[in-house]
Amino acid sequence: GQLALTEAELKEEITRTLTTNNPHAPQNIVRYSFKECSYKPVLVMDQMAVHFEMEGNLVYRDLDEARRLEGLPKGSYLNIFNCHINTAFKVNMLFPTVKTKVTLAKAIPHVCFPQVTPASKADKEPKVRSQFNFSEMASQTLNNPMTEISCQTEPPQHCTFSANANQWEIYDAYVEELQKQEKNKEKQKTIQLKEDGDKSKKKMMLTETQNDDINKLGKAAKIIERMLHQNRFDDIAQDFKYFEDPSDEFRGQQGTILPLWEFHYDKIKKLSVTALCWNKKYPDLFSVGLGSWRGMLVFYSLKNSTFPEYIYPTSSSVLCLDIHEQRSYLVAVGFYDGCVAVYNLKREGQEPVYKSTAKTGKHTDPVWQVCWQNDDIENHHNFYSVSSDGRVVSWTLIKVIKDHIKRMYSCCNVYTSVVVLEAIFSYLSCGTSMDFHKQIDYLFLVGTEQGKIHKCKTYSRQYLETYAAHDMPVDTVKWNYFHPNVFISCSSDWTVKIWDHTINTPIFTFDLKAAVGDVAWAPYSSTVFAAVTTDGTVHIFDLNINKDEPLCQQAVMAKHRLTHIEFNPTHPIIIVGDIRGDVASFKLSPNLRQKQKMKKGQVQPKGPEVEVAKMEKLLRLMRGPDLE
Amino acid sequence: MAEVEETLKRIQGQKGVQGIIIVNSEGIPIKTTLDNASTMQYAGLLHQLVMKARSTVRDIDPQNDLTFMRVRSKKNEIMIAPDKDYFLIVIQNPSD
Repeated sequence: GQLALTEAELKEEITRTLTTNNPHAPQNIVRYSFKECSYKPVLVMDQMAVHFEMEGNLVYRDLDEARRLEGLPKGSYLNIFNCHINTAFKVNMLFPTVKTKVTLAKAIPHVCFPQVTPASKADKEPKVRSQFNFSEMASQTLNNPMTEISCQTEPPQHCTFSANANQWEIYDAYVEELQKQEKNKEKQKTIQLKEDGDKSKKKMMLTETQNDDINKLGKAAKIIERMLHQNRFDDIAQDFKYFEDPSDEFRGQQGTILPLWEFHYDKIKKLSVTALCWNKKYPDLFSVGLGSWRGMLVFYSLKNSTFPEYIYPTSSSVLCLDIHEQRSYLVAVGFYDGCVAVYNLKREGQEPVYKSTAKTGKHTDPVWQVCWQNDDIENHHNFYSVSSDGRVVSWTLIKVIKDHIKRMYSCCNVYTSVVVLEAIFSYLSCGTSMDFHKQIDYLFLVGTEQGKIHKCKTYSRQYLETYAAHDMPVDTVKWNYFHPNVFISCSSDWTVKIWDHTINTPIFTFDLKAAVGDVAWAPYSSTVFAAVTTDGTVHIFDLNINKDEPLCQQAVMAKHRLTHIEFNPTHPIIIVGDIRGDVASFKLSPNLRQKQKMKKGQVQPKGPEVEVAKMEKLLRLMRGPDLE
Repeated sequence: MAEVEETLKRIQGQKGVQGIIIVNSEGIPIKTTLDNASTMQYAGLLHQLVMKARSTVRDIDPQNDLTFMRVRSKKNEIMIAPDKDYFLIVIQNPSD
């Protein structure tokens, strides 16, 4: 219904103003101003409101457009029609209107139009063209049949390639490039090779490619074997490295030896160990010489106790061997049949690099000891051998490069002759052991079958001194590593004797109650030595601690006759060989490796001088009562 | 030549060895002592692992190279020794 208003409200005057503002116009439009980077209100708005709009059809007659529509004299026509022609051509070419055709024909007579007869004559007067009053006539030209011819080439073969560009890929590429360059250089150098040289190389190439698959695994297989060995004997490996017998503290001065790996090889059954030698360069490698009815030279590594690293079968028993100190791939071996041989571990094959023959002056009796010496002035390797035929022989290896080998660019050093220099001491009575002084090159000791020890110089035929050492053949004689005057000897007469070479009588004598097979000084102390006896016992003495009794007397290896013992140059390990061809390794307990006890606060002195002093003190002690 | 064969035979005869696989540089096993399925599995998986390990070592120092890998698990140990063109995988149970 209607609003009920009061009288006062009814009479209220309300002012209404008329403005020209458009109430529907928006009042708060904002526009973004890029100049000021902010929104700005648009203040002035168009207030016009259109209520009604209609477009008409009337055209003012004076305008151009009107004239166009009406039609005008020729002059102006052309202009118009020109523009029309353009449009007409484009749009209406195929579908011309009759009228335009006619007028066009008139205007441009040289243009021909196909097949259209003007229906009606054109008037002089231009006609008003009506938009609505025209008829369309179309014609179609022949359409050429379209054929599509295409050809497709075979796409280039493509394959997916992906690679990584790593640090090492780049490095490898450079290294390969470098190698190629070097090969090219070498090829250029050796273009003058003779044909036979080339042929022989080609032959080698053929045989190589036949067996290339599995043999490349050699190194990997070896590593795996060692890994397996480590796993299997893990506890031994841990003992070797870390175990220090704690019960030594309660044992007073006594020590023990802990059994570690045992080295067996099937094919050396019934051969006895005749020589042991550690390799100084690789302290896990040691060589074993074996012999009885035939001989073998075998190398073991502590990393693999199940199988030897190198095996060299020999026809005659190996009696002694020595590994060169600097060139640890050279091994000198002495045989039962009097030959000496030198093996090169780096070479393939099981034959020695050199073997002495009757012509080159081999011994006539078994060779009991070989010792490498330092290279002589001309850098030739040389070694000494002693044999029971009474000779100490020095052998020098001279490399001779034959002519035809020179032609091949890779010269292999072939030892073709070994010159025997000075068969010394031919009146020596049956030497059975020998040792060279550690510091003085030319001084050496020879032990004989009669039990005497002779001190000799290499360049003189005279004995310097003779010691009446034992009653039976001297099995081993060894200089002390530290003290220059001291040496030790052992014999099957059950005794081990320690001498000062300036004194004719032994300083110490030990009776071990069984024939002593071998004795060895420890490389870490001047007063420690070990001996093995035929009753299968290892005796270890430390003269600094106990002058009369061994610190350790232990039966090992099922009590077989022990033949040799050697200390490892770096690790606290000894290896012992027995008559059955087995070698066992043992770790020395801490009591056996004791350094001098120092007072608290004093720094433990180190170095060989300490060892020398230790020994000297001992000697003086022993000599003391004598001098008085 | 025969040395490598002999070494492999010795490896096979060692205590606790469960199997040996020789794989070439593309990851295809060329010799094995295990059954086909296990071989394919081991070869495929370990090939990737060794490539990754080798890439890691060489990326750090291109003059360095991987010598061997051991993967110790509860039940056994897988040892891989890579070579230039091949690698040798041995599975051992050390407590056997």
